[in-house]
Amino acid sequence: MRLSEWRQLVQDHGCLEMVSRLLEKIERSKLNAYITVCKEESLRRAEEYDKGKVNGRLAGVPVAVKDNITTKGIRTTCASKMLLNYIPVFDAHVVERLKREGAIIIGKTNMDEFGMGTTTETSFFGVVRNPHDLSRVAGGSSGGSAAALAGEEAVLALGSDTGGSIRCPASFCGVYGLKPTYGLVSRYGLIPYANSLEQIGPMANSIEDLALLLGVIAGKDERDSTNAGKGFEFRESKEFRIAVVKNTTAEEQIMDRFYDTLNGFEYEEIELPSLKYALAAYYVIAMSEASSNLARYDGVRYGYSVPELTSWGDYFSRVRAEGFGEEVKRRIMLGSYALSAGYYGKYYLKALKARTLIIEDFRRAFKDFDILVSPTMPTLPFKIGELKDPLTMYKVDVNTVPVNLAGLPALSVPIGFIRGLPVGIQVIGNYFEESKILSFAKKIAAG
Amino acid sequence: MVSVEDVYHVARLAKLIVTETEAEKFRREFEEILNYFDVLDEVSEDVRPTFHVLEIKNVFREDLPKEGLSQQEALQNAPRKEEGYFIGPRVVE
Repeated sequence: MRLSEWRQLVQDHGCLEMVSRLLEKIERSKLNAYITVCKEESLRRAEEYDKGKVNGRLAGVPVAVKDNITTKGIRTTCASKMLLNYIPVFDAHVVERLKREGAIIIGKTNMDEFGMGTTTETSFFGVVRNPHDLSRVAGGSSGGSAAALAGEEAVLALGSDTGGSIRCPASFCGVYGLKPTYGLVSRYGLIPYANSLEQIGPMANSIEDLALLLGVIAGKDERDSTNAGKGFEFRESKEFRIAVVKNTTAEEQIMDRFYDTLNGFEYEEIELPSLKYALAAYYVIAMSEASSNLARYDGVRYGYSVPELTSWGDYFSRVRAEGFGEEVKRRIMLGSYALSAGYYGKYYLKALKARTLIIEDFRRAFKDFDILVSPTMPTLPFKIGELKDPLTMYKVDVNTVPVNLAGLPALSVPIGFIRGLPVGIQVIGNYFEESKILSFAKKIAAG
Repeated sequence: MVSVEDVYHVARLAKLIVTETEAEKFRREFEEILNYFDVLDEVSEDVRPTFHVLEIKNVFREDLPKEGLSQQEALQNAPRKEEGYFIGPRVVE
């Protein structure tokens, strides 16, 4: 459902009635898109809206928030047993901004544990089902946010994207999902997985809705030292120099659809040679940062604990062995390995050097082009349980990780269906040129 | 080559416990994943590493006191607390 449709329904039936219907729909749903539904608070806010007490750009609009984004007084779990009962005492910067604009936070969405996964199958709360085919995954890690949008269980949603976690589920569920330029949206209150790669971003059912939500969440925040201090306002461009990134991967049927979509546009084809290092560099950096970030979970200040207070090291280890799921342990251990004495130079430092080469490739490309395009995902949505071993799952991220390494903005745009399953095209822009990306997406959407 | 001992070693570094069955599974997976990472060996040593993509350096703010969390808020999520303190495991035997 688009924002304009929601507003019409609210005008006809009242906000309280529409929010009640939405909550009932979520309750009956088979998607498992939500971990926590904020029923009472949503109804209260809807009532206030009907009384004319709520103002702002998102007044009376139900927004789904990924469960790694901190919400004051609302349980925030990162889909982990480790944070099963964690109730934050402050709001993330983006949540403050949503509230200031009158949004209704309808619930916290399901995800891969701590964002570590591509299918939302690593969630402690179970897999999210794809609204277009319940036997398939919704993608990940922001699978709940994308499924909620496609299943009409939210009007707008926030996700976070470390290596494709907004764009993958957007593609698999047939919605729009943007990973903003690094630093455009404050990460204050985003529970960290890999700080140098991740951004909170908007997800929506139309470009207009997405642009509005980005305008709300982008902006200055001194509590995030990597914040660029810039806001966002959509300015439409008409002319683009377009290039297809040839050395990306997708099944033939997806490539066919991809080139069909570009029919009528003028474009060149380019190769970014350093992309061959992107997947390895991404996983080394993400795992290394994760091993450091997740060291904070000690079972003392917050989070899961075990009954017996034994010695320091033993207590920590038992808390973490029981509180973390398998994929999280795998990444923490591999990250510790990559940073350990004797391997730092071989893995971590080499990954950072590869990162430089990838950034240089993109910089060169953006001298000649405004927009780079590729398929978002190499495949259609998987059957639940189809991806068995970790490396096979990591390789699915091959088209989405390069922009995180470079800090560039990228959007997944739905381009129809193959055998009833959604397909997405990835639109990459230069730093802080989200407007160009959205303008081009509008052209694609117009056909 | 990754050995089961390597897995136990890295689990100790990361403050985790792995069972024997898990250790063998992780060993196989780590070997496969680390082999894949070998593609990075091709990257020249001469390239400058990028730790951070934004060219922001030393962002300062005014050094003024601000309200922090209350003691009650800070302790709210602690599994064990007593008289305004967190209770942690014993450090010295």
